[in-house]
Amino acid sequence: MKRFIGFVTKEFYHIFRDKRSMFILFGMPIAQIMLFGFAITNEINNVNIAILDQSKDNETHKIINKISASPYFHIEQEINSEAQIESIFKKGKVKAVLVFQNNFIKDLQTKKQAKVQIITDATDPNIANTITNYINAILQNYLLENNAINQPNYQIQTQTQLYYNPELKSVFTFVPGVMTVILMLVSAMMTSISITREKELGTMEILLVSPLNPLQVILGKVFPYIFLSVINAIVIVTLGVFVFGMPVQGSLFLLALESILFIITALSLGILISTVSNSQQTAMMLSLMGLMLPVIILSGFIFPISSMPLPLQIISNIIPAKWFIIIIKAIMLKGATIQIIWKETLILIGMTLFFIGLSIKKYKIRLE
Amino acid sequence: MSEENIISVHNLSKVFGDFTAVNTISFDVKKGEIFGFLGANGAGKTTAMKMLIGISKPSSGDAIVAGFDVKTQSEMVKKSIGYMSQKFSMYDDLTIKENITFFGGIYGLSKVQIKEKTKKLIEELQLEAVASKLVGSLPLGWKQKLAFSVALLHEPKIVFLDEPTGGVDPITRRQFWEMIYAEAHKGTTLFVTTHYMDEAEYCDRVSIMVEGKIEALDTPKNLKKQYNVDSMNAVFLKLARNIE
Amino acid sequence: MRTILFIIQKEFRQIFRNKAMLPIIFVLPFIQLLVLSNAASFEVKNIKFSYVDNDHSAASRELISKFQSSSYFVMVDAFSSKKEANVQMQKGKVDVILEIPNHFESYLVADKKASLAVSINAIDGAAAGVTNVYITQIINSYNQKTQSKLYQYNDNSFVQPQSIITIPSFWFNNNLNYKTLMVPGILVLLVTMLTLFLAAMNIVREKEMGTLEQINVTPIKKHQFIIGKLFPFWVLGLFILTIGLVIAKLAFQIPIVGNIGLIYLFTAVYLLVILGLGLFISNYTDTQQQAMFIAWFLTVIFILMSGLFTPIESMPVWAQQITRFNPIRYFVEIIRMVMLKGATFSDISTPFFIIAFYAFAINGLAVWSYKKTN
Repeated sequence: MKRFIGFVTKEFYHIFRDKRSMFILFGMPIAQIMLFGFAITNEINNVNIAILDQSKDNETHKIINKISASPYFHIEQEINSEAQIESIFKKGKVKAVLVFQNNFIKDLQTKKQAKVQIITDATDPNIANTITNYINAILQNYLLENNAINQPNYQIQTQTQLYYNPELKSVFTFVPGVMTVILMLVSAMMTSISITREKELGTMEILLVSPLNPLQVILGKVFPYIFLSVINAIVIVTLGVFVFGMPVQGSLFLLALESILFIITALSLGILISTVSNSQQTAMMLSLMGLMLPVIILSGFIFPISSMPLPLQIISNIIPAKWFIIIIKAIMLKGATIQIIWKETLILIGMTLFFIGLSIKKYKIRLE
Repeated sequence: MSEENIISVHNLSKVFGDFTAVNTISFDVKKGEIFGFLGANGAGKTTAMKMLIGISKPSSGDAIVAGFDVKTQSEMVKKSIGYMSQKFSMYDDLTIKENITFFGGIYGLSKVQIKEKTKKLIEELQLEAVASKLVGSLPLGWKQKLAFSVALLHEPKIVFLDEPTGGVDPITRRQFWEMIYAEAHKGTTLFVTTHYMDEAEYCDRVSIMVEGKIEALDTPKNLKKQYNVDSMNAVFLKLARNIE
Repeated sequence: MRTILFIIQKEFRQIFRNKAMLPIIFVLPFIQLLVLSNAASFEVKNIKFSYVDNDHSAASRELISKFQSSSYFVMVDAFSSKKEANVQMQKGKVDVILEIPNHFESYLVADKKASLAVSINAIDGAAAGVTNVYITQIINSYNQKTQSKLYQYNDNSFVQPQSIITIPSFWFNNNLNYKTLMVPGILVLLVTMLTLFLAAMNIVREKEMGTLEQINVTPIKKHQFIIGKLFPFWVLGLFILTIGLVIAKLAFQIPIVGNIGLIYLFTAVYLLVILGLGLFISNYTDTQQQAMFIAWFLTVIFILMSGLFTPIESMPVWAQQITRFNPIRYFVEIIRMVMLKGATFSDISTPFFIIAFYAFAINGLAVWSYKKTN
């Protein structure tokens, strides 16, 4: 045990002496959370649009004023002909063009029906769709005010209650996501690199012939990273709570335990990567190229899993990050207890055991 | 051996922060000489050598190597020298032939020259059987001999060897020194650092560095006489004790 | 020039020799392109819908059937009480609960007014916003339908309300296909990540192995060495781009409207920025681990600030300014503009020259900071 502690201390020195890596390791979560909190949002506001008003009457002016008063849109320019649309889209200046046809006011008052064309640059379908919906809503609102003068209406009032995140803050999904990505990548990458590094430099042999048994060697190498990752998790949760007002509805203790479990899952994945890598380069590329995008895209961090095609929904089940994201969201936002998330927890435990088992098997084959 | 100096060093120093690794050393090496550059680990041998081969800038002093100033003409120096470092530095993931082609290529040898040299080198070192094997799979002794031969590819005037025989068995060491002698015969100057004192006996002249300074410089025979002992090992120990 | 060729030959040999790396370079990116492009969509579908119907009237059933027939919603279950439904929401089984109160139908007919309660799981704020829009649309259309029906029964003084018909038209991507957006974007990421990581590790690896010292004592010129080292990755980047474009065209039927030569021209210059950056990282680090960390840090920031997943226009102004220094942002922008909109050189000249300037600056810095002598 004393020997083991000595070994762990040595590993700590190794890691903490490398100032540049430390800077990245602790700077990364802070930078990411800040960016997600303050800079990045998938809400849509201040979209540049253009107007092609062929009618130029009082009513179209009213509508244009309504649009420019909304926080979603910024009227970048008014154009005079449809021929201009293509060129302004190509330059990427505006995302949508609102076209009022000739005789708008006349149609509206006599035929009771006028036409408006919403042309969007749909290279980003999400933005295009949302713009269309928002403009529609503004038009409906305008109509409602106009019609109300004429006669009372039948009304169904909908009282909408938004559970768990009433202000629809995107940071509530980003904090769990960032935490998951960082814990996953840092743990898996650091462990796999530090183990393959010893292999590559030939120092692994020295460790293996030492009185420490292989298990102790691996544990010793992994232990400092558990510590580091726990600190990262604490920093992220703290920022989430105090800077962005994220609630922790459930038990902080349960959150801590689940985080440690996930860190161990990631570390054991790192160990597995190191057993199949012959060099640091391979280990790094495998953990970065192999994990980064799948963890960001397939985990439900940014894109909702339930909207994915079925085969991908099935594949997403093998991404440990998916389960952890469900767990943290449940604990922090829904106040879930272990009775609610036991299944996800068991899956993570199962994955951890699987990674460790496979590593041991691979390791034994190599020794033989 | 001629009397022409091919390396001349004058008051050369290297300072890292407040630590002086090499402290105003001066010496000359003659053309065709096997010059032993001795010292304990950390005495400053490698640092001094790195200044002579142009990969480390001197803090002060001058050194002329093969007629070029290491401070201002380091790239010219590099054309005239070969170097073999204490850390094996061929590419482990290339074969013997590929390593030779690569290093021959960057020293500007022509295709024909590379072909001839490769053939000759593989024959001389009796590596025919493993010529297409990855260097990483060779035993250390073979690697060292290969590294030495590669350092000679472009027929440099001077070859710098940094502890070339570290970790190698006695028989291979013996063979290695035979290669060094053969090369010296052709008129190449060899500058060898080592901490094996028995190897010092093979050199024409040796300098002994202690704590950044050259404490002794002469032929092995004269040094033994001067310190009144019968081996270079004893010379070295005496010098080291004097300093303490 | 000959010297450079020898380095290039050696680098290629080393790349192809490492059997464990080959699949990471030549297989993994394409699998990811194929798989992840399908996953990266902000579309909100398959919303888990449940209801509590306290009215049990024709009106309430009609409303519910409207939700059932919508393609956005998947009917989970009906619950007899709100409390029961809430438990399921906490477990994550349900996203939306529609609660129809007692006397919904009779109030609607008698008072011309009725209310409904909708609860939405809003953890994913953006998705919840979209869900809310869908729900409102369904309820509105139900409302309109009942309105005209009820008016016909009751009122003689019916004045037809004004209406505006909106004709949406989605240019460049008629059927709002997400892959059209994501495939080029993910391709950009894969090209960038692969070349940046490999370049950043490359020289520092020689440092760590000790072979760099051997190179430094040769008379090789700095620029020869650097060009020789980076050229193979430049080729590799263009190769990945090529295969990626083929996949985009064949597997995803993404249109390539613009001039493909323009994409290559831009990528060729863009890769110089990325490789120069990798080299610069290599120069300032001592171990592959450090180099990788820095490369990773930069990539993550670059990806997040690239406008690939989230729109740049929605960022605050200071953040938009920062994105001007982000090479990935320009690549994402340009590949989309050229591929999907058929932008010409004059449309993309500004970003092109910006990237060319960055290429010049970062490589200058990298060559300057690479020291054969220390």
